[in-house]
Amino acid sequence: MIRVTDLSIRLGQFALKGLSFAVQENKYAVLMGKTGSGKTTLLEAICGFRRVETGDILLHGRPITDLSPADRGIGYVPQDLALFQTMTVREHLAFAQKIRRWDRSAIKARVHELAELLGLTQLLERRPPGLSGGESQRVALGRALSFRPRVLLLDEPLSALDDETRAEMYQLLRSVQLQTGVTVLHVTHNQTEARTLADQILYLKDGAIREEPVA
Amino acid sequence: MSNHAQAVHPVPASRSDFDPAFVLALFIIGGSYVVLILAMIAADVAYTTPEQLLDVLSRREILYAIKLSLISCSITAILSTWAAVPLGYVLSRYQFRGKRLIDALVDIPIVLPPLVVGLSLLILFQTLPARGFERWFFPVTYEIPAVILAQFAVSCAFAVRTMRVTFDQITPRQEQIALTLGCSRSQAFWLVVLPQAKRGILTAGTIAWARALGEFGPILVFAGTTRMRTEVLSTTVFLELSVGQLESAVAVSLVMVVAAAIVLVLVRGIGMDSPR
Repeated sequence: MIRVTDLSIRLGQFALKGLSFAVQENKYAVLMGKTGSGKTTLLEAICGFRRVETGDILLHGRPITDLSPADRGIGYVPQDLALFQTMTVREHLAFAQKIRRWDRSAIKARVHELAELLGLTQLLERRPPGLSGGESQRVALGRALSFRPRVLLLDEPLSALDDETRAEMYQLLRSVQLQTGVTVLHVTHNQTEARTLADQILYLKDGAIREEPVA
Repeated sequence: MSNHAQAVHPVPASRSDFDPAFVLALFIIGGSYVVLILAMIAADVAYTTPEQLLDVLSRREILYAIKLSLISCSITAILSTWAAVPLGYVLSRYQFRGKRLIDALVDIPIVLPPLVVGLSLLILFQTLPARGFERWFFPVTYEIPAVILAQFAVSCAFAVRTMRVTFDQITPRQEQIALTLGCSRSQAFWLVVLPQAKRGILTAGTIAWARALGEFGPILVFAGTTRMRTEVLSTTVFLELSVGQLESAVAVSLVMVVAAAIVLVLVRGIGMDSPR
């Protein structure tokens, strides 16, 4: 689970103060809020890109506030996806395992498994410029899941997609979450997205987080 | 109201398509510079004869100058890229006190008159530490290392500018993602950033090489123009001109044009083949 207690972050003039919330294990939480309310800043703090002034972040009971991003074990899909432009889809899916020095057969098996799960089998040799919006999303998701993180953070991952592809991605995200058991925190300002995906809805407004009932 | 808007806003089809006057203006104004370059090369070609060119190419000191030019420019290009990659990356990614000062300092060799760069190098090597370096390691002033250092002092500034723009264009978000995937900062740099900067590195190296080939002022002051020792093609042109050998000077200039063209075309060709 993700537990954030009394978290304060300062970013120039902008500040978040005393935020607290929790996402239970294996749940799909959606974090909503207006543009500029600090949703991305909060995700970045959980990932370890933003320095935290006070407060604690715990993943499955383990304090991670002072750990480097590499040691937190969080899968992250940013809004712009940030795919590695020179790498093939296969290299994206194998990247984290190579860094972790998995043996070759284990990497191959994991890449195969992810490609099956995300429908990327036919695209393994392609590079990002040759992928559609939906395909790029699935590659970014596969890269984030590749090292079996227990927590997945998604920052408005579907905002650039057309309605049809978005609907497909809803199903995919749900089935991925069910199959992998990963705890998800998904940022969006799209009501439909929240209603379709969420087990839990969190709303960030005026620097405070409140939980909203899931319709 | 809406009728009025409809009557005013439609654009004639012919206007939204091909606009010959505009395209013609682009070609004429932009093309004038291309024509100037071609005219200069054509004038050089017309001024010299194949015999003169062969004669120049058969002279021992000219061949030495060609060899030294190619070697020194290549070493300068490698050294410039070597220094420009980390410096460009630091200027692109890190915020620190004094960054603006360093940013401005890097531009100084670009802005300064070349002779001043040479003079500054000469004075630098009159100081005690630099003299100590020459005594303990190898002589620099008026020797081949002076040629390379004089070229490097200016060329590297251009390479740094190129590398900074290259790194600015690669989103830092990719490095952040690499960190979440388990990379250290240096792994993120080597595995994610550097492969994407390949074309920029190649461009930086090419610019440094080309700039080094044309360098004259600092070499003249800091390395001298001793035949068969520190003479490079740019100083050959000067030496030939100073003894009234205009034909030889033009022939050597043509050799430089050809050498520069070959390197630029080769490197751009390699750059286009790479995925990015």
